[in-house]
Amino acid sequence: MPVTSIAGHDVHVNDEGFLTEYDEWNRDIAEVLAANIGIEMTDRHWAVVDFLREDFKAKGETATTRRVQNVGGIPTKEQFALFPKKPGRKMSYVAGLPKPKGCV
Amino acid sequence: MSDTSAAPMIVPDFGDDETDRTLAIICSKGSLDMAYPALVLGNAALGEGVELHLFFTFWGFDMIVDSRMDDLQFSPAGNTAMHFPVKDKSIRIPQAVMPLPGMTGMATKMLKDQLEALDIPPVREFLDQIVAAGGQLWACQMSADMNKVDMDDLYEGVSDIINAADFITMTEGAQLLFI
Repeated sequence: MPVTSIAGHDVHVNDEGFLTEYDEWNRDIAEVLAANIGIEMTDRHWAVVDFLREDFKAKGETATTRRVQNVGGIPTKEQFALFPKKPGRKMSYVAGLPKPKGCV
Repeated sequence: MSDTSAAPMIVPDFGDDETDRTLAIICSKGSLDMAYPALVLGNAALGEGVELHLFFTFWGFDMIVDSRMDDLQFSPAGNTAMHFPVKDKSIRIPQAVMPLPGMTGMATKMLKDQLEALDIPPVREFLDQIVAAGGQLWACQMSADMNKVDMDDLYEGVSDIINAADFITMTEGAQLLFI
């Protein structure tokens, strides 16, 4: 796995640029990751990211958009507005988590 | 390792610029097991930034008829691939037993329980999610006529009742899937 420097921190990433170590993530890094894909973080973006981080810690896998709605309480429609076109991938990228595995 | 060894930052290519892809799925089956392929694939397509149109026709029309969509059935009769969902074994019930009263109800309940265990939503809730994600639902004019229903009888997320020619025009250049 390559090591790269983001917001002054050395972090491990995979070939696509997703962080691979849960504990290497922080909010400064998330700001940079979001900016990389044209997203400026707002409170609502943080609500999604914070839920994903907590849920991953509890469940060991990245929540799907359906779970972000049903458990995290952020409606699907809003997820598409916050992380346009590909919310599942973009949310997990910013949250420093792997892409969701589930189909639904 | 020191900071100097750090590689340049890799930014994922989410391919936003290439998302002129459109997928159109024709849903022609009204059994519970055949409702799901379109729902799962359509939902996945939306999550990848692909424009989605679902066209409901013939038996698939039941997926969007308000009074029927929550009650789709799964029958094991005539399905020679039918076996119990256990690993490494092939446990089957003889086909002759399948048409007996109660078998369809039992198989439907088993399938619904399995879907729920995997956190896969029921048809109506799945369509809610698809519509919220920007998917468009179209009802077939001929099926509406045959079933004697109009927009008031259909699931609220349906955009309109359209005819075959409308659908063909609308899906010019789209990738088509018939289920």
